[in-house]
Amino acid sequence: MTDQYNSRPDVAPFTGSTPARDFILTATDIKKSFGGVHALKGASMTMRRGEITALIGDNGAGKSTMVRTLSGIHKPDSGEITLDGKVVTFDNPKAAQAQGIETVQQNLALVEDLTVWQNFFLGREKTHGFGPFRTLDRKLMRTTAADLLKDLAVNVPPVTSKVRRLSGGQRQAVAIARAAGWGSKIVIMDEPTAALGVQETARVEGVITSLRDAGVAVLLISHNFDQVMRLSDHVWVMRAGMAVAERRTAETDGDELVALITGAKAA
Amino acid sequence: MTATTETRPGVLQSIGAQTRQLSFWAENAAPIGLVALVIVFSILSPTFLTLGNIKAMLVAAAILVILAIGQAFVITTGGIDLSISATMTLGAIGFGLAFSNGLGFWVSALVAVVAAMVIGLINGLLIAKGKVTDFIATLGTLSVATGLALIVSNGKPITVTSPELLTLTSGSIGIFGYPIILAAVVAVLAWFFMFRTRFGLHVQAVGGSEESAVANGVSATKIRMAVYLIAAGLAGLAALLLVARVGAAEPAINTQYLLNSIAAVVLGGVSLTGGKAKIVGPVIGALLLTALTNGLTLLGVSQFYQPLAVGLVVVLAALLTRFQKK
Repeated sequence: MTDQYNSRPDVAPFTGSTPARDFILTATDIKKSFGGVHALKGASMTMRRGEITALIGDNGAGKSTMVRTLSGIHKPDSGEITLDGKVVTFDNPKAAQAQGIETVQQNLALVEDLTVWQNFFLGREKTHGFGPFRTLDRKLMRTTAADLLKDLAVNVPPVTSKVRRLSGGQRQAVAIARAAGWGSKIVIMDEPTAALGVQETARVEGVITSLRDAGVAVLLISHNFDQVMRLSDHVWVMRAGMAVAERRTAETDGDELVALITGAKAA
Repeated sequence: MTATTETRPGVLQSIGAQTRQLSFWAENAAPIGLVALVIVFSILSPTFLTLGNIKAMLVAAAILVILAIGQAFVITTGGIDLSISATMTLGAIGFGLAFSNGLGFWVSALVAVVAAMVIGLINGLLIAKGKVTDFIATLGTLSVATGLALIVSNGKPITVTSPELLTLTSGSIGIFGYPIILAAVVAVLAWFFMFRTRFGLHVQAVGGSEESAVANGVSATKIRMAVYLIAAGLAGLAALLLVARVGAAEPAINTQYLLNSIAAVVLGGVSLTGGKAKIVGPVIGALLLTALTNGLTLLGVSQFYQPLAVGLVVVLAALLTRFQKK
């Protein structure tokens, strides 16, 4: 059972029969080396519209490199990325953001000494006035940040509080809301709950689900199989620089995923 | 039994009140210190709180206020500018040379600021682009600027008699001499740029977490270049006040201005690790240090004790900042 739209059935054998227009993102035959280390050896993967796609794999399988390629941090040596059916290239993270791909870094990229709203708009501040006396539109930024946060998170911190004062889950919510708040098509999250307790993990998972419900495609990198099973609609498995298998989450289970990751089961 | 249950919350409360007090003291070390100094000195010396002395103190504080503001921008990014006073010296010599060659006040003033900003540019390039530790880079340019000032002036002071400088140093509106008015304008502009513009937010962001700031598209290189240029430009401005005050451009090292500029910023509650911006604090810190020196002089305390007093105040302030609220 091969996918007529899949150009590399040997790499990613089973994709069902999804029409190409339903893919918000495709990455085809991505290669990336760092010196003698071949981090990606021609990996291909897809993301479907309005779904949470999980990307799993052992340490060193190439997940991070894949994610960094999609978010514009690394330029692939070869291969093609399409977004909404159009071929795109990103020279830097700004370019990826401009095309609608936002990434929530594992370290969240928040500045602790700044307030929530300042972090929200850091690098993309709203201003009014002219020239050197162009001032920050603080009111607009505060209300916008508060609105976006309220839509996503239950336990909303005041936007005027410093990030230093927030809990881990609140910080994660701020980082996710920031990523989602720019009309993004895709939000990439690298281990969003790795450092969180049970309750906070549940809250952040709620945030991720509401993001999906708002129509944003989410790429979730996680080591937590329970979480992948709970949240994702589709799973891609990476091993040794290749995306070796994909499954609909509903049609697989944790044991099969472990087997795919370790290579005990060949795709 | 009842006694213990009653006292326990009482003790806890008083401990809570104390810690609250301690952080309160730490947050407001500079203004509290300034008020305390003013009270002590005005009791000990009848001339301390006279209008004439207040005016003299404010004029004397102007240079330090301007340098402290420059230093505050650098320290907010987590850096430090050890070359700031040597840069001022070089600016002063630049002014003196230009003026004695008949270039006139305004051109000479421009020469002073440009000469200073060359040092700032070198600092910025070394630190932002060359990734040299700020401490070492500015220690080097401290020596370079001092050496250049000595070389071009041949080690001799250049006497400057300019009517504009005379106006600058002696003119006043009420008790506020032109130097402190200039310093106040600088402070207002600095506050505006630090807290109301994109640039200021980026300065704080780079100081708070360079990695996160860069990940959000802030150019840490540009910001670092900018803060060292600002510090140097302000040092050039302070050079004009220095020449006006002394009546000559001297190739002196002016170490006390360097130490006091850092001290004023620390007194003002700015963390040396960066990320926390303050403008009013350093300004009050500079006023405090000037009042301290002035008061000790009025009391007839030997000049030798002044560095000791300044040092003690700064170390105390640094200790207090440990209790600042995070």
